[in-house]
Amino acid sequence: MNKEENKQSVYSVKDFNLWYGDTHALKDISLEIPEKEVVAIIGPSGCGKSTFIKTLNRMVELVPSVKMDGTIEYEGKNIKDAKVESLRTEVGMVFQKPNPFPKSIYDNIAYGPRIHGIKDKKTLDEVVEKSLKGAALWEEVKDRLSENAFGLSGGQQQRLCIARALAVEPEVILMDEPTSALDPLSTAKVEDLIHELKKNYSIIIVTHNMQQAARISDKTAFFLNGEVIEFDATEKMYSNPRDKRTDDYISGKFG
Amino acid sequence: MRKAFEEELSNLHEQFYQMGLMVSESIYQSVKAFTSHDKETAEKVVNNDHHINEQQVMIETKSIELIALQQPVTSNLRRIVTIMKACADLERMGDHAVNVAKATIRVKGNKKDLAIENDLALMAEKVKKMVERSLTAFIETDIEEARQIALKDEEIDQMAFDIHKHTLDEMKKDPDLVLGATNYILVAGNLERISDYVTNLCEWIVYLESGKITELNTHNTLDNTSFK
Repeated sequence: MNKEENKQSVYSVKDFNLWYGDTHALKDISLEIPEKEVVAIIGPSGCGKSTFIKTLNRMVELVPSVKMDGTIEYEGKNIKDAKVESLRTEVGMVFQKPNPFPKSIYDNIAYGPRIHGIKDKKTLDEVVEKSLKGAALWEEVKDRLSENAFGLSGGQQQRLCIARALAVEPEVILMDEPTSALDPLSTAKVEDLIHELKKNYSIIIVTHNMQQAARISDKTAFFLNGEVIEFDATEKMYSNPRDKRTDDYISGKFG
Repeated sequence: MRKAFEEELSNLHEQFYQMGLMVSESIYQSVKAFTSHDKETAEKVVNNDHHINEQQVMIETKSIELIALQQPVTSNLRRIVTIMKACADLERMGDHAVNVAKATIRVKGNKKDLAIENDLALMAEKVKKMVERSLTAFIETDIEEARQIALKDEEIDQMAFDIHKHTLDEMKKDPDLVLGATNYILVAGNLERISDYVTNLCEWIVYLESGKITELNTHNTLDNTSFK
């Protein structure tokens, strides 16, 4: 498949291991994550998927007992050597529970750019509008930007968090179970949004909802007990997986 | 909502319609070749059949993928299942058109009976119209039209029987006709089968709209079993 050969890897993970104290949480992970695609990470509770995604923006370093080995390269450079703030500008993250700041909708989005030194109001206005449009939220909030973000519904708050991530112009968006706390209609809106976003951003999404992974991802990685069991095109994984464990998990026999 | 899925479904629908057009064209060309004794056109029909088969494979593969990845339910599920099953019927119709084309190639050079060929041409024209109407009814999910089309199958069955009987009578009168005329019986049979598959398509249109799998015509009767 020529498409595969010519695709750049946005992340290159090689022989990566991670321990929380004595617990070996990630074992010999090697993955090439292609750019401008949606990669879903699935697996049962405790398999290491959230741990893995948090290594990609070095959030896992916040855990005191953590030890790591192996390499993770972002756009060809080892992330250990990068400045963590600039890594996190280019690699945004959205969490399971929407976490807007206790500020207005406008200030939520403008927060990131302001921290990066943008003070001009006109520029900030443009960034806010562009980000909210990018998160398919602009039409719903454009007349109440000064209202508190907590006045929004759960689904809107989550899209606000996505808009906030977009405001600093990332290359990658990490999502840790972004729709677990949302109703089906909001989930569908966010899924449609992810489908649009992948035209311009690389998206890595952790989900315990296998049907969601099937609906929205281009590639899927199946994690089990800290290891990657299988990593393949989603349509292949869901119709004819190579490993029996993958087959069993996807057809609901365990997990 | 679910824009990506809606787009995929729309593409699948379009591919199915394209396959229908290809089959309709194949039937049209095979009939035209038969009535004008055009061996070259008949050969083209035979050689082009693999395109129809490839289209079927594409549609079936996509249908299975959509079921695995998108968890379709209600009308979306019915639509995918209908398309998956109906494209197998379309492919069979294409095969019958190939059989008609082969009969054309075989008849060439042998003694003909123009009256019977004329009857076959009339029958073929009716079948061709049924195919076209059924494709339109599918696109528009028109149950009433589907039922009407299925009713015409009886007419086609009768025409096939009459042609079969007429051919036997002529062959008894003039044995020189046998080499060519047996192909008339085959062509009538193939046209009759195409009409049966059109009925299948109509049953799928009813299912698509109503969710009920019904039989619109059946062959479980003993009429037309004797030439006396």
